[in-house]
Amino acid sequence: MNELLLIVRRSLSQHALSTVVTAFAIALASGLVMSVFVIQQQTYKAFTGGDVGFDAVLGARGSQLQLVLNTIFHLETSPGNIPYTLYQEVVKNPKVDLAIPYAVGDNYQGFRIVGTTEEIFTKFEYQRGKKFEVESGGKFFDSKQKEAVIGSFVASQTGLKVGDVFQPYHGLIFSEDAKHNDDYKVVGVLKNTNSPSDRVIWIPIEGIYRMKGHVLRGTGENYKAKEGEEIPDEAKEVSAVMLKLKSPQAGISLAQTVNNQGKVATLAFPIGRTMAELFNKIGWINRVLELVAYLVVIVAAFSILASIYNSINERRREFAILRALGAKRTTVFSVIILESAITALIGAVCGYFVYLAILFATAFIVRSQTGVIIDIFQFDWILILTPVGMTIVGAIAGLIPAFKAYRTDVAENLIPIS
Amino acid sequence: MVLSVKNLRKSYVSPDGENQRVVDVPNFSINSAEQIALQGESGSGKTTFLNLIAGILQADEGEIWIDESEMTSLTEAERDGLRAEKIGYVFQTFNLLQGFSALENVLLGMSFGIGADRNYAEKLLERVGLADRKNYKPRQLSVGQQQRVAVARALANRPKIVLADEPTGNLDRKRAFEALDLIREICAENGTALLLVSHDQEILSKFEKVENLANINRVESLI
Ligand SMILES: Nc1ncnc2c1ncn2[C@@H]1O[C@H](COP(=O)(O)OP(=O)(O)OP(=O)(O)O)[C@@H](O)[C@H]1O
Ligand SMILES: [Mg+2]
Repeated sequence: MNELLLIVRRSLSQHALSTVVTAFAIALASGLVMSVFVIQQQTYKAFTGGDVGFDAVLGARGSQLQLVLNTIFHLETSPGNIPYTLYQEVVKNPKVDLAIPYAVGDNYQGFRIVGTTEEIFTKFEYQRGKKFEVESGGKFFDSKQKEAVIGSFVASQTGLKVGDVFQPYHGLIFSEDAKHNDDYKVVGVLKNTNSPSDRVIWIPIEGIYRMKGHVLRGTGENYKAKEGEEIPDEAKEVSAVMLKLKSPQAGISLAQTVNNQGKVATLAFPIGRTMAELFNKIGWINRVLELVAYLVVIVAAFSILASIYNSINERRREFAILRALGAKRTTVFSVIILESAITALIGAVCGYFVYLAILFATAFIVRSQTGVIIDIFQFDWILILTPVGMTIVGAIAGLIPAFKAYRTDVAENLIPIS
Repeated sequence: MVLSVKNLRKSYVSPDGENQRVVDVPNFSINSAEQIALQGESGSGKTTFLNLIAGILQADEGEIWIDESEMTSLTEAERDGLRAEKIGYVFQTFNLLQGFSALENVLLGMSFGIGADRNYAEKLLERVGLADRKNYKPRQLSVGQQQRVAVARALANRPKIVLADEPTGNLDRKRAFEALDLIREICAENGTALLLVSHDQEILSKFEKVENLANINRVESLI
């Protein structure tokens, strides 16, 4: 075994360039396979399994998925509004533990402005036992004031800090000319939560109602808020009501009432399942990515095959000499198999760097696009299986060159050609 | 007896497709630790004969006894094994492994037989006067030094017999005799039999026992 390794090592270093190139191809293939699988699983987990703090979302009649994306992940457009009176009703519902209204429709430099009540700070737990906290020097907004509390990511991206004043822009997508003529003062920056909330600017819901240019259609007719005048509840609207329920059964029966018997609203419940449906819908993307990864594996395997196959001719004399020293055909065969397997193994080990690079980039993109955190150092069996599999693929790729080496005739190749 | 050949026959298929007998040796033997020189014209079948004895070529007929084993009745893998254990081979062109140092060449000479023994390999290199060159690659050695590595390698597996195929053909006169003396001395020291083929009269004259292939090989002149 030692002599085989010596022979392999020497050959790999003598063909250093082609070893490096093939190992690189393997590294890419291995890294790609691992990332495709892990990203698939980690994003699925992050988007469907995570504790998002709410059990259900009540919103406009339509897609549950859109409702969840819009309110939990702060993505996509709002499916529309529901009357404020519906919120008042659901708050009183005995099955409901906590109901917080959201009103969306504005942004600042692309970051969502969500109008809500103080309960988001005082009662809402974004993770079991964890409430929002402000960085020192800040406070939560006063619901009577034009004040804003911003998520940590918003703070780091926009540079807004406590005391700064900004003007919201209309719409969920940033557009220069849609500026509202309202000044909001940042009174607090939230501590990092590693959740989509880090990308949100929270203001009092009343602020959304009174934003210059906003109209309310709670009654079916257009209503414009006037300064110093109470807005009648019937005129008010909310984009969604975020719910924490007393029990899972409560969710089932509430969903039954709202979705099946009612006609005005939709209850997205359970949130995890709604997201899982999204992943099922876009599952084909993963199949395509897997296919691409497998193709790269095949290309890498062929590059091992080709590079070692090409080296066999120039090594015939070496094999003949080894045979003359007593090496068996099978020894020569094993040398080549070992050589291709080791090349693949080296590549597969380097594949971890490719893997980490891809995952790091993906996690970064997902984080900045959605605020969802993907744990890139999660252990997964694929991280063991892929390198082992690549090594086996390498060994298989070595079969044809190994067979060529196996057939080397000793007497013929000992002939002194110098 | 360490080598005994009986009725050994080997033919090649010529490019015209005819069978051409190259070796037909009814009887040939070497006692242990004996040194025999085999004389023969170019093309008379010397290399073929040695390759048959080494088990590198498969005989058509006959018997080759090495120690207690009969080469022609073995499978190829078994012949490889026998060669690895009992035979040392020195080539005219040395056939050193280019990518490997002198020491590694010697180690590979033993690893398929008795197994790598670094101490013994170093001792052999020391014996051929290359203690300070053990980590040199063949390219970094003079031709004479390369031949000495080849000699050390042939002895590395503690063989019963060393086959030498014109081992001095690539050396100048002075080096040739030095190399010859070295091979003969080391074989004698180790009690290893030596079968050396050559067509060089001066080299042959050094041996007490010289056989002419023309006498032991019944094949009519090949040329
Ligand atoms: N593979 C082969 N196929 C056909 N003929 C061969 C083959 N190998 C050798 N021969 C022929 O067998 C004969 C003996 O060859 P061999 O190499 O044994 O001669 P030799 O005595 O070693 O000659 P030299 O002193 O030149 O090395 C030659 O005539 C050669 O042409
Ligand atoms: Mg010859």
